[in-house]
Amino acid sequence: MPTTDLPTRGPAKPAPYVISGVLIAIGIVFPLIVPIYARSGPTLFGIPFFYWYQMLWVLIDAGLLWICFVLMIREDRRRRDAVRHDPDAATGEEARR
Amino acid sequence: MRAVSSTVAAAAPAHPVNGVALTVVIVIFVIVAVMGFVAARWRITPEERGMHSLDEWGLGGRGFGSWITWFLLGGDLYTAYTFIAVPAAMWSTGAVSGFFAVPYTVVLYPIVFLLMARLWSVSHRHGYVTPADFVGGRYGSKSLSTAVAVTGIVATMPYIALQLVGIKAVLTVLGLGSGANVFTQDLPLIIAFVVLAAYTYTAGLRAPAAIAVVKDLLIYIAVIAAIVWLPAQFGGWDGIFQAATAKMSSTNPATGMPVGSVIPGATSFNAYWTLALGSAMALFMYPHSVTGVLSTKSRNTIRRNAVVLPIYSLMLGFLALLGYVAIKAGTQPIGLDGKINPQLVVPQLFIDHFPAWFAGVALAAIAVGALVPAAIMSIAASNLFTRNIYRDLFKPNATDAEEAKVSKLVSLVVKLGALLFVIVMDQSAAINMQLLGGVWILQTFPAIVAGLYTRWFHRWALLIGWAVGIAYGTAAAYAVVNPVTHAHFGGPIAPIPFLNIPIYIAVTAFVLNAIVSVLLTLVFRAAHVPDGRDRTTASDYGADEGDPRVVPVIEPLGPKIEA
Repeated sequence: MPTTDLPTRGPAKPAPYVISGVLIAIGIVFPLIVPIYARSGPTLFGIPFFYWYQMLWVLIDAGLLWICFVLMIREDRRRRDAVRHDPDAATGEEARR
Repeated sequence: MRAVSSTVAAAAPAHPVNGVALTVVIVIFVIVAVMGFVAARWRITPEERGMHSLDEWGLGGRGFGSWITWFLLGGDLYTAYTFIAVPAAMWSTGAVSGFFAVPYTVVLYPIVFLLMARLWSVSHRHGYVTPADFVGGRYGSKSLSTAVAVTGIVATMPYIALQLVGIKAVLTVLGLGSGANVFTQDLPLIIAFVVLAAYTYTAGLRAPAAIAVVKDLLIYIAVIAAIVWLPAQFGGWDGIFQAATAKMSSTNPATGMPVGSVIPGATSFNAYWTLALGSAMALFMYPHSVTGVLSTKSRNTIRRNAVVLPIYSLMLGFLALLGYVAIKAGTQPIGLDGKINPQLVVPQLFIDHFPAWFAGVALAAIAVGALVPAAIMSIAASNLFTRNIYRDLFKPNATDAEEAKVSKLVSLVVKLGALLFVIVMDQSAAINMQLLGGVWILQTFPAIVAGLYTRWFHRWALLIGWAVGIAYGTAAAYAVVNPVTHAHFGGPIAPIPFLNIPIYIAVTAFVLNAIVSVLLTLVFRAAHVPDGRDRTTASDYGADEGDPRVVPVIEPLGPKIEA
């Protein structure tokens, strides 16, 4: 067995990936639906809706990605620990092949 | 100095030399240049000094943590040209051609979060330095990796040239650059670029990384001051948007149409979102973005940065609005030739309405902001040449030290090329080429991004798809004619073939490219056309900093692991 086939991580749990996937999809799709925000009112400090709404999404996306980041870091760490602490998991299926 | 300034004043009374601002700019430039050279000794062990490998010279030792990466990528992605061109577009034609930069740099980060950790992991395992390295390793196809490399180099060159255009705008407003002949006219630009070339040669990626810290702090100070101070000077945002609306709804005598729009109309919705999405998908296919990603220390450094980099997008949004502030302020961006040059809007606004010393700080921020991405881009382009053309095609056994040597020399050639581009050719040539560059670089997306997740695509299908995308994109961009000047490459928007829906050309080309790649993959698989060897394994895509690297030399016999 080529040694690079040693898994770097244990098996994944779907939940963190599904949640992150949905948040990422929201973060990409919503800022691109122009008809939602192509209007001038309501204004904020005299700035039309079109402008402050899109700049608001800068902050929303940062927030969404922060949630994704926390989820991913935890899951990455768990999968890595699963490989490092358990030699059976380390060799995994590919070694038994 | 005095003699120069008197001739300048005589030639162009609109731009007398602003002594205080110029002095501030020169002082900051000298500080930055010193930092660039000193960076050669930054975060490096004594044995590694002199940078005898691409990992050291071209990727800063692959060890940048979250903070340095934030500054480096901030300086790399939000270039001086962006700071000049976005407000210029807002000033000229309003939201559609300017403000799309905000949703562009918003949807960028979910995409980066999704893709770049995997690219980091596989590149870390295999020592890849460029996106073309990855494509070559994944598909076992030199023609495909060469196509990706050439696309990257060709798309990056005009981008570097545009950074020079950014510096030129600053110099013009400072009153420099109207000498008697071509040489004296461009002398300040040439000096700036020679210094840049020298410290990039010496310190590699560490130089822009160090300088980016200074540049970003300056630019934040300048933009925050402008946003707090200027709107109040001109009666608040209400009045500013009224002035912008008045200008945009007036009729352009050359076309008989309104000048632009403050709120886009329904006919330009598709152009707006495709410009944002297409640009966001393209940005991390550019070699200089990938260089920034691969210089980070661990798998999740780039993800942490995807959370905090959007602060720059917020700043870009406010900077874009300065284009409207300039409309209200009645800023006159008149070039040395006496014609209106929208690119001078922001520098002119700063010099008109701030004390000279502070205008100097802001203009220096823009000028230094051009040096950071220019350095990273030239490094990225040289790495592509060295790895994927010199080594892959001519010298398969090149050592690390040879690679570093070639790359350093090529970085000088690349910068010289960009300099000649700006001095010899018309400025609009650089802008047209950059427009095409964006269309072209997006055509490497299927090969790179699909490759991060699946080996389903056939190498030749991807290559033909790439060629179709490039051919369509180039032809469609050529066919767009500027209604005023009747020049080709008039803009990035064209109708989808057979439909009357105008969208970003790069996106149409990308869709064509993807369809061709899928269909031909089915055909080639059915016909059992031989596929290349994949040197990566599934586990490579989740590797982190502690995981061992693959030793490439032993690969033909079966990969082995470094101790």
